[in-house]
Amino acid sequence: MSALSDAAGQPARLAMLLRAMSGVLVLLCLFAAIVFFDPNFLHPGPMMAFVKRSTPLMILAMGQLFVIVTGGFDLSVGAIVSFTVLSSALLLNGDAAGTWWVVPLVLALGAMLGTINGLVVSRLRVPSIIATLGMMISINGAGLYWSGGSARGYLPDAYRVLGRGNLPAIGPISGVPVAMLVLLAVVLGASWLMHRASFGKMLLAVGDNARAAELAGVPVNRVRTLSFMLSGLSAGIAGVLLGGFSGPSTGVGAGLEMQAISATVIGGAQLVGGRGSVAMALAGSLTLQALFTLLNLIGLPKPLRDAVQGAILIAAVAYSALRETRKH
Amino acid sequence: MRYSLARLLRLLPAAYWILVVCFLVTWALCERFGQGDFLTLENFNNFIARSVALGIVAIGQTFALLVASVDLSVANLISVTVVTAPFLMQGDPALILPAMLGLLAIGVLVGLVNGLIITRLRVSPLIATLGVGLLLQGFINASFGHLPGKVAPGFQSLAYGSVGPFPAPLLLLVGVTVLAMAVLHLTRFGAHLYGVGGNAEVARLSGIHTGRVMIGAHMMSACAAVISGIFLVSRLGSAAPWVGTESAYDLQSIAVAVMGGTTLSGGRGAIGTTLACVLVFSLIDLLFNQMGIDSFLKQVLRGMIVIVAVASYAVRERRAVA
Repeated sequence: MSALSDAAGQPARLAMLLRAMSGVLVLLCLFAAIVFFDPNFLHPGPMMAFVKRSTPLMILAMGQLFVIVTGGFDLSVGAIVSFTVLSSALLLNGDAAGTWWVVPLVLALGAMLGTINGLVVSRLRVPSIIATLGMMISINGAGLYWSGGSARGYLPDAYRVLGRGNLPAIGPISGVPVAMLVLLAVVLGASWLMHRASFGKMLLAVGDNARAAELAGVPVNRVRTLSFMLSGLSAGIAGVLLGGFSGPSTGVGAGLEMQAISATVIGGAQLVGGRGSVAMALAGSLTLQALFTLLNLIGLPKPLRDAVQGAILIAAVAYSALRETRKH
Repeated sequence: MRYSLARLLRLLPAAYWILVVCFLVTWALCERFGQGDFLTLENFNNFIARSVALGIVAIGQTFALLVASVDLSVANLISVTVVTAPFLMQGDPALILPAMLGLLAIGVLVGLVNGLIITRLRVSPLIATLGVGLLLQGFINASFGHLPGKVAPGFQSLAYGSVGPFPAPLLLLVGVTVLAMAVLHLTRFGAHLYGVGGNAEVARLSGIHTGRVMIGAHMMSACAAVISGIFLVSRLGSAAPWVGTESAYDLQSIAVAVMGGTTLSGGRGAIGTTLACVLVFSLIDLLFNQMGIDSFLKQVLRGMIVIVAVASYAVRERRAVA
């Protein structure tokens, strides 16, 4: 981003900072409200539990971000999460010795399904909504067919420790979830790809104007395919973590694609592409998760959860859209 | 020879050919491997009843897609209709008509809200209708169990009755189709839909109220969802709050419309081809039922058919997509 903001001058950087601040402010208010209702929340235990719960969504949002900045969507991630959990349980069936090859295998599977999405979008020129929707329907069917309609198999502790386990205590620091290490690795990788490597610039260029990017020498098809591959991989990782966190079930990924898109959009990514950052996608997912936590605390768990997610989604996008119009 | 075959194929839109091929394949397979006869009245009625709900939503969705919008709230709106209908009816035959009008009013209102959020707040249609869908889902979650009531006795004839030799579901589907085609091809509003979808800026400069057209398209889409919900509740006979989202009517309706050649970028699409693709899905259902094959494999096939069909359009036209 640095080259762009330098060219636009100091105000652009200031505006970006302000935009980031307003997002963080909402998040801080939510945390303050949570602490108000549950003073214990600030203690390491509940805090770490919160992080553990939010990790899969944060990882999915980062994956979705790669696709959204190119102007596409990935509706298949929820189905890939479910498929990952189901296939892990079927392949392992309680055998801890297989963990070392099953985890890389299901991650590769996620990346492969993402690549198929990417190829269908970039080579066959199918709109991404339809391509990933077809993948979602197919993968859901395939997963249920393979497992016989309900979750079968059993995930051994060696596998589940990734999603629900804690690291051994190091001195005074204890209770750090293993998932946090995974999250850290994904954040570092995603930030590097998005904001340091030339790949991130190409993504933004493709999202902004694919034709112009192509004329400037960006391998548009390859960049698109890679973005879907990364999204599929993120779904694989989130699937391994969720399988560990909540055990095998068929509906584990249902609706996650919309949550991931919501988180990314609340984090300021533009659906037409060309804008978005890893930090804001993370803030968006934390906002969503903090909101769910808060509703739980107030005693409005499931009923209002959907409604509030809908309202905040519209409000966040309307807010940024109205600000855009005022500026012009 | 090849040239003339290509010309023959181009006589009809691809969606109709897909339907013909699917019909022949299903017929052949059912006659060879299936249980019982294929071409029976019972099978036909069953087949139509299966297509009505998705067919009507998809027709509505086509209106939204035509103006380069999309409506993700239809599945939740169907659920809302299904939950609210028995409550409005309270088992009283005299209340059937007022209840239906009330439900349609809900549809108009939801369409208006969708349209206003898109045009006034400038929220992208996908997010706006997803958000409204979530709001409706919240309403269902909060109200289910608190809205007692039951459907009126005569109400279920909408799904099971018949007028003369024609089953009521067939008449309903044909009626909605004809109405939608009339709106699309005979009214000024229909022409405006194509205009706004083709190029909103040009339409605006030509003096079309693009905002109103967008709102109108969403009202059509929402009302279609309500009608589909009314049909479903008359078929089920009681409130089933999961019926809309369980069958993923939102995404399925987009899939069949786009399969039928309606573009996501707006300005192009038709009712007939959308309906043809709904019938293709129902044929696949029928085939798998008749052959007694696992229904999960059916989903895999559906997903692939959607992709292949849309790819066949896209590859032919070589347009850039995102």
